Amino acid sequence: MTFQQPELDTSPKVSDEIRKTTCYMCACRCGINVHMKTDENGEKQVAYIEGNRDHPVNKGVLCAKGSAGIMQVNAPSRLRAPLKRVGPRGSGEFEEISWDEALDIAVGWLKPIRETNPEKLAFFTGRDQSQSFTGFWAQNFGTPNFAAHGGFCSVNMAAGGIYTMGGAFWEFGQPDWDHTKLFMLFGVAEDHDSNPIKMGIGKIKARGARVIGVNPIRSGYNAVADDWVGITPGTDGLFILALVHVLMKAGKIDLDYLSRYTNAPVLVDASDGPNKGLFLRDADGKPLVKDRNTGELTAFDKPGVRPDLSATHEVDGVTHRPVFHMMADRYLADEYAPEAVADRCGISAKRIRTIAAEIARVAFDEAFELDQEWTDFRGEKHAKMIGRPVSFHSMRGVSAHANGFQTCRALHVLQILLGTVEVPGGFRFKPPYPKPPEAHPKPHGKVTCNGPLDGPHLGFVHGPEDLMLKDDGSPIRIDKAFTWENPMSSHGLMHMVISNAHAGNPYKIDTLFMYMANMSWNSSMNTRGVIDMLTDKDESGEYKIPKIIYSDAYSSEMVAYADLILPDTTYLERHDCISLLDRPICEADAAADAIRWPVIEPDRDVRGFQSTLVHLANRLGMPGFVNEDGSAKYQDYADYIVNHERKPGVGPLAGFRGTDGSKAGRGEVNPDQLDRYIENGGFFVSHIPDEASYYKPWNMAYQNWAVEMGLCDAPTPYLFQLYSEPLRKFQLAAEGHGERQPPEHLRARIKETLDPMPIWYDTDQTGNEGFTVNALTQRPMAMYHSWGTQNAWLRQLHGRNPLYVPTKLMREKGLSDGDWAKVSSPHGSITVPVMEMAALNENTVWTWNAIGKRKGAWALEHDAPEATKGFLLNHLIHELLPPKGDGLRWANSDPVTGQAAWFDLKVKIEKAAAPADLAESQPELPPIKSPVGTGPKDLTWKVGK
Amino acid sequence: MTELPQLTDRKLGLVIDLDTCVGCHACVISCKGWNTENYGAPLSDQDAYGANPSGTFLNRVHSFEVQPDAGAAQLIHFPKSCLHCEDAPCVTVCPTGASYKRAEDGIVLVNEDACIGCGLCAWACPYGARELDQAAGVMKKCTLCVDRIYNENLPEEDRVPSCVRTCPAGARHFGDLGDDTSEVSKLVAERGGMDLMPEMGTKPVNKYLPPRPKDELASDIDVLAPFLKPVAEEPKGFMGWLDKALDKLPGGAK
Repeated sequence: MTFQQPELDTSPKVSDEIRKTTCYMCACRCGINVHMKTDENGEKQVAYIEGNRDHPVNKGVLCAKGSAGIMQVNAPSRLRAPLKRVGPRGSGEFEEISWDEALDIAVGWLKPIRETNPEKLAFFTGRDQSQSFTGFWAQNFGTPNFAAHGGFCSVNMAAGGIYTMGGAFWEFGQPDWDHTKLFMLFGVAEDHDSNPIKMGIGKIKARGARVIGVNPIRSGYNAVADDWVGITPGTDGLFILALVHVLMKAGKIDLDYLSRYTNAPVLVDASDGPNKGLFLRDADGKPLVKDRNTGELTAFDKPGVRPDLSATHEVDGVTHRPVFHMMADRYLADEYAPEAVADRCGISAKRIRTIAAEIARVAFDEAFELDQEWTDFRGEKHAKMIGRPVSFHSMRGVSAHANGFQTCRALHVLQILLGTVEVPGGFRFKPPYPKPPEAHPKPHGKVTCNGPLDGPHLGFVHGPEDLMLKDDGSPIRIDKAFTWENPMSSHGLMHMVISNAHAGNPYKIDTLFMYMANMSWNSSMNTRGVIDMLTDKDESGEYKIPKIIYSDAYSSEMVAYADLILPDTTYLERHDCISLLDRPICEADAAADAIRWPVIEPDRDVRGFQSTLVHLANRLGMPGFVNEDGSAKYQDYADYIVNHERKPGVGPLAGFRGTDGSKAGRGEVNPDQLDRYIENGGFFVSHIPDEASYYKPWNMAYQNWAVEMGLCDAPTPYLFQLYSEPLRKFQLAAEGHGERQPPEHLRARIKETLDPMPIWYDTDQTGNEGFTVNALTQRPMAMYHSWGTQNAWLRQLHGRNPLYVPTKLMREKGLSDGDWAKVSSPHGSITVPVMEMAALNENTVWTWNAIGKRKGAWALEHDAPEATKGFLLNHLIHELLPPKGDGLRWANSDPVTGQAAWFDLKVKIEKAAAPADLAESQPELPPIKSPVGTGPKDLTWKVGK
Repeated sequence: MTELPQLTDRKLGLVIDLDTCVGCHACVISCKGWNTENYGAPLSDQDAYGANPSGTFLNRVHSFEVQPDAGAAQLIHFPKSCLHCEDAPCVTVCPTGASYKRAEDGIVLVNEDACIGCGLCAWACPYGARELDQAAGVMKKCTLCVDRIYNENLPEEDRVPSCVRTCPAGARHFGDLGDDTSEVSKLVAERGGMDLMPEMGTKPVNKYLPPRPKDELASDIDVLAPFLKPVAEEPKGFMGWLDKALDKLPGGAK
C-alpha cells in the first residue's frame, strides 16, 4: 500500500508585521524582530521573537532569554498599578492607587528633602541601562547619593581596565574575533556578555584556534574550551603574574610596543619626599622619558622621540629609573616563578609554563601584518599594522574578590606586555573607548539645597584630593564611596547602602529610592540581615529607613519592602535609548546606539520608570527638566531622548541628528529621530575608517574620527599605565605625605594594596578557620543578567539549583546526589540539596544564583521548586568581614574600589539528611503576600489562528 | 502500520557540533517559540508557574560529564531532537498514518489531524525525541521547521530551521545530507560526524560532530619549551639583553 502524504502549506504567513527593537532579557542588548499577529479582537500581539540579522551586536542570533521574551510580556508577575503599602513592611499588603496619588506621595516625600537636605535621598538603580539619564536626574535633584549596581557587580574589571589602559572588557572592548588565534578566558562563567562571546567562540573554533578557559568550574564556555585550568578561586592574579614572570624572563614581550605606547619608559622619581614614585614631568606636566636616539630627557609625546626602556636618569646622586626597570625588579623575582605559585593556584608549574609558552608562540611566531597605513600621535607614519593574535577576556570571576582590582590590572598588564591590545588579533576597544581616566569626570558631591549637585556623581579619582570627604573627614556619600576605605570606587557601593542607612553611618537618610534592585533577596549580601534592616524600627516605632520607594516591572521579593511602588513596563512596552553617553552597543569597527520603543502598549496602569522620573522632576521643578517659567522641558522619556542635549549638538542618540536627520554624532535635534531609528531597525551604526581600526589610543585617524562623532572634544592620545600614578598618590598619603591623610587604621592597608604596579595578595582570612572550601555562584546562560527567572519557559530549563560538589568532597562527606547538606560560613548556615560534579576544582562548591525564590514572589505558587528547594548562598555572605578583635568591622569589599567580594566566600559542608528526610531548603522564610496573585495553571499560547 | 518511502529525493537534516555547543539552550527556546506559534497545535506548558512545570519541547539540551582515563573531567552539551531517521521506527509503528516520512526531503512529520495520541511512536523512538502534548493530545516532534525552510514569506537566508538561525555559537548546521557535495556533508566528512546509537539500525539523518580532544596543551611541552628559554639567568643579565634587544628594533642601532 502506497502511503499518501497529506497536503501541507509550506509557505504559511509568518506574521502581519515585524517591529524591530532592542532586547532587554539581559544586559546584552541584542536587536530583535518582534513578529506581530492580529488577534481575534483586531489587536496586534507579540507572536514570535527572533534576532535581527542587521544588528551589530547579535547579527541575527538570539539566546534562550531573548526568544522567551514573549513569556515575559505575558508574565503573571507583572505589576499592574502603583501600590501603596497598607500592612507592615515585608507583609506584601498593598492597595492599588492612581498615578496622580502615587506621584503626589513621592513628591510629598522628596520635595522637603530637596529643599532642606538633598543628601537625605539615596537613589540607587540596579539593572539600569539608562545611567546617563538616572544620573542626570539625581544630579539635578541634588543628592550626592546615586549609583547603579556596578559596585556589587564588576567595578574591579571596569576600573582596573580604565586606570590601566582606558577601557576594559565587554562593553569597553572585545577580542579581534576575525584574527585571534589564541583566546584565553579568565573567570568568565556563562555570562558577560552573552551572544557576542558565543558567536566569537564559534568563529574562532571554526578556524581551529585554541580556547583556554581559566575557571574553577568547567561549564558553559569553559566546557568547550580546548584547555581547562580549574584554578583555585581568588588566585588568578598570582597565576597571571607567574605568566608575566616567565614571559619577561624569556624576553617574550613586545619591547617596541612597550616603548611607544605605554609608560614603561617613563622615568619615576626616586628622590625621597612627597614626589617619590611619581613621574618625572616637564614644565607642561608631561611625563618624561629618555630619548634613545639622543640620550636627552624628553616629553613622552615629542615627534621623533624613541622612548628608552633601559636608560636611567641621574640627578644629584639620585638615579631615576624607568617603569620598566621597576617591573623587571618585581616580576623577575623568584616569588612569581611558577614553582612558587603552583600550590596556591592549584595549577602545576609545568602547566603554567606550557600555557606561557603557547602564549609566547602564538604572540610572536604567529605574528602577522595587515597592509594598512596609519599615523601615530607623534606624527610617525607606519606602513603596516602588526598582529599579535592572542586575546583575553575576563569578567566577574576574577573581579568579585577583595584582590580583584589588582588582579584585573595584572591581566591588562599581561596583555600590554605582549603588545596585544589594540592590534590585529588582540583585544580591541569599542567606541567611546579607548578613553583614559583623565577623560572621565571626577566624582562630585557638593550639595546645595534646592539646587543641583556640582557635577556627575561617579567618576575617576586621581589622588586623595578627589575623595568625597566632608570637611570633618566623614564620607559625603551614604555608601562611603571615594573614601579611604575604598578610594577608587568608581561605581559606588550599592551593597552598602542599606546597611549604612540602617546604621545611620555616616548619616541617617529619609528616603531610599531604588529601581530594579532585588535588595531583599539575591542582590544583597546577608539577605536575612538586610530584610531585618529594612523592617527595623527605632525607639519611637518609626522605621529606621523611614521611606522606601521602589520601581520594578515584576513582583520581585523587594516589592514587599517598599512603601510606594512605581510600576515599570516590560521592555516591549517602553522607550529606551542605549546611548553612547552611557553603556553603548558599539563594535570594535563601529560606533552604534539603539532604542527601544513600545511595540505593544501596556495593558496595565504602568509607566516606563524613566518617564516616571521625568514626571517627578517636573513636579519638583528640577533644573535640567523645567524651563525658567517652570514649564516642563520634556513630557516623558521619549521626549527627553530626542530633545535633551548634553552639550550643543550631542544628545542621548548619535544617529539621524540634524534637522534632516543626515548628521551623525554631532548635530541639531531632529524631532523625527525616533521614527528614523525605527525605520532603521531600532539602531544606528557609524563605521570607523579602515586606517583608524587599530591602535586607537595612538592613531590620529581614530582620534579625529572620535572628535567628529562627538565622543570627545579634542584628540586625547595617551599611554597605557603599567604603573598607575593615582594609586601611588594614595600610597604617598598613607606614607604621611600631603594634607589629606587617611585614618591610622587604614594606612598599612593602603600602602600594601594600592600598589602602583599589579600585585597579588591573599584576601583577609580572619575568622575563616575551619572553613576551607571555596563557594561560588554563577548564572546559567539561559538566565544570565535576566530579570526573568520566573519565565514559564526558562524555569523549565533551570528551575532547580542544587549545590554542585566535587567528587572528592562528595566521597569525603559521604554525600549522594539529592542528599541535604548543611553548608556553613563564619556568618551563617544553609541546608541545601547537593549534586556531584566532576568537572570542578576539587575544593570548590557552587550553585546557580538567583534561582531560589521567596514564597509569594514572582507570581509563582508556594510549592514551586524555586521556593522549596531553591536557595541563596547570599545567606552565608556578610557585607562585613568577621570581627578581628580590633574593635572595627571591615567591609567584605575590595580595598581599592569597594567591589563586593562575593567570591571570597569560604564554607564547610556536612551531610544533614537523606533526600526524603527534609522537605525544604533552609532557612525557610515565611511567605510574602503577592500583590499580583499567581499565574495560570496551563499555557497554550498562540496568537494566530 | 505506516510505510516509509522507498527512497527520499533529499535527506534534509541537522549537523550538530558538540565541540562548539556551549549548552545555552538558545535552540530549545527558539524552537519552542516558533513551533508554539506555527505548525499544528501550540507547544503547551502544564503547571507553568507551579511545582512541576512540564511543557512540550521538540528539542532539548542534555549535559553529560565525561571522565577520561587520564586528565580532568569534561562536560559535554548534547542537544537532541528528532533525527529524521531513514528507517524511522516511529513511522512504521503508527496505526493511523499520522506519522510519516516525506518522500521529497525525508522529514519525519506528524499529521495532527490523523494523530490519535496513542503514543506508540514515542515508545518506538529509541531517542526519546517525541513528546505528547498534554493540552492538544497529539504527538509533537521536530518538523525541521518545514514551515520555514520552503517559506516564500521569509527572506531566503531565513529559510532554515529556527534552531539553526538562532544558535549563537554556530553549532547547528542544516542541509542535505544525501548530497555528498553539500556543506553539511563536507563538515561531516571533515570532522568525523557520527550517527547517534547506530546499533539501533534507524539510520539517523542528523549527525553529530564529536568534540575535539581536550587538554592536550600539556603534551606539547617539548615543542613549546624553547619559547621560554630565559634571555639571562640573572636580573643583571636581563638588562644586558634589554639593551641589545632595543638596538635590534627598527631604527634602533646607534
